[in-house]
Amino acid sequence: MTDAGAKRPNELSITEAASVLRSGQFSVRELFDACFATAEARNSELNAYREFFIDAETDAAIDAAQKRLDTEGEKAPMLCGVPLAIKDNILIEGRIASASSKILENYRATYDATVIMKLKAEGAIFIGRTNMDEFAMGSSTEHSAFGATKNPHDVSRVPGGSSGGSAAAVAAHTVIAALGSDTGGSIRQPAAHCGLVGFKPTYGSISRSGLMALGSSLDQIGPLTKTVADAKILFDAIQGNDTLDSTTIPAESPYEKRGTPKVFRVGVPYHLLDSGIDPDLRANFDIALQKIKEQGHEIVEVNLPTSSYALAVYYVIMPAEASTNLSRFDGMRYGLAKRGKTLLDDYVETRTEGFGEEVQRRILLGTFVLSSGYIDAYYRKADAARAVLTKEYDDAFEKVDVIAFPTTPSPAFKFGEKSDPVSMYLEDIFTVTANLTGMPAISVPMGTVMREGKDLSTGIHFTAPKGADDLLFTIGAAITGETLLHGH
Amino acid sequence: MATSEDVKKLAALARISVPEGKLTRFAEEFDGILKYVSQLEELQVPKGEPLLPYTNVFRADADPHEKGKWTEKLAEQFPAREGNALSVKQIISHD
Repeated sequence: MTDAGAKRPNELSITEAASVLRSGQFSVRELFDACFATAEARNSELNAYREFFIDAETDAAIDAAQKRLDTEGEKAPMLCGVPLAIKDNILIEGRIASASSKILENYRATYDATVIMKLKAEGAIFIGRTNMDEFAMGSSTEHSAFGATKNPHDVSRVPGGSSGGSAAAVAAHTVIAALGSDTGGSIRQPAAHCGLVGFKPTYGSISRSGLMALGSSLDQIGPLTKTVADAKILFDAIQGNDTLDSTTIPAESPYEKRGTPKVFRVGVPYHLLDSGIDPDLRANFDIALQKIKEQGHEIVEVNLPTSSYALAVYYVIMPAEASTNLSRFDGMRYGLAKRGKTLLDDYVETRTEGFGEEVQRRILLGTFVLSSGYIDAYYRKADAARAVLTKEYDDAFEKVDVIAFPTTPSPAFKFGEKSDPVSMYLEDIFTVTANLTGMPAISVPMGTVMREGKDLSTGIHFTAPKGADDLLFTIGAAITGETLLHGH
Repeated sequence: MATSEDVKKLAALARISVPEGKLTRFAEEFDGILKYVSQLEELQVPKGEPLLPYTNVFRADADPHEKGKWTEKLAEQFPAREGNALSVKQIISHD
């Protein structure tokens, strides 16, 4: 917090912003305007936002937050008056939520997602909705129906995806922090590519009510932030059991309580890192491990043999769930509504025009793996493999506290570089496992690699046992050198 | 090998129409994905291994919201409406 004074207000972290709002150094309006001025200036180049929320509703929220800070002072919630960007697949009542798809281009949300209700109660301000791969299907944000988002560190490269708009928005300091969603790495991978902290909580920690479903057994909402402390603040604000989502963890958690160890045993599956990893990125990873060791923690080799099948398992389960979830878009009740001769024509014309190519591809794949004659070979096999994978991780967590590997095999790639679907899918090779097992995972910046004169971010990834989300903040802070405040 | 016909059939099941010009490419890409996914064939999963422990979560059928609270908001999204009813094409023919 020492250098908060030297930064422009839009460059602050949540903790720093909360501090300057309380000291009166900046008003809520000044903080918001500084963010919006930068957002407006950068967005034509970056295409991070689909829409800015500049209207009477936002003005009222800004005034209310200021009043609250003035009256409650230190007791006001940490997020009170803090501008946040929201991924375009999370519902805010009365506002368009399109999942960056033509089929929902004009869809207006009829209710608040639970996370939005919680953030409103904290006094957070929503600056706009961010671009994404259509229905969160992608790892580059190139699959948005409304144009790709660019990486602020090198605009010839992708920001990652699918929460690429949220990542670019925070990395370009157009907002203090953002929400994304993560089905196979969609928060952590763009965080790694944009130099941010990205956190995917334990499945069921955060309500999915009001999040557009991609893979319902995999999806979680989570934060994209400038610091580990900020990720914890946002997580603490939005987590919790919710009667509107029966998959949320009950108040009496079934997961083993694990205290935060003084000395972490960090498991590394070296057998997964033998090939396919960019050498410079691997060097950063080894330096990060060395940093952990120097702080007194232990590095332990772990064996996770089924991990090499995780991406194949994922590309059966996710399309199966996606094709099922997306069957609701039929042009009948909301969204794009094309009309043909028969009712069947109505469905087909709406879905054909409304869905982009990658969405259609995954719907077809899901339809295939669930079809009679193939469901045993693909879907049921994948489901069984998922159980084996989970058991392997559970066993590893008997010996170690967290498991580490790089978030991605290489730094951000160039637009169009991964036009073949499988090469794009391979971006998520490390991140999907946390979604398949339901375990929490975080990506934390681990330095940069130089490409064509530009410094490109890389990320280190930690996984923890279910319910042990807090361990990830502690080990993440060991990498960033932050001191976490406990007990709030 | 996935053929154009296979893609067409899946598309029909999924209520999507893939234009003729894209069928060959879709079939090729489909093959690429299935080839990758097919590594699962070599993976041995223990016989009788219990799948993930899924449990049903129920709640009491109680605390309904007040009648009509959401009607207008939802009906506003209808592509075609008659009063509060969603208007669609006739499905059953009387001929």
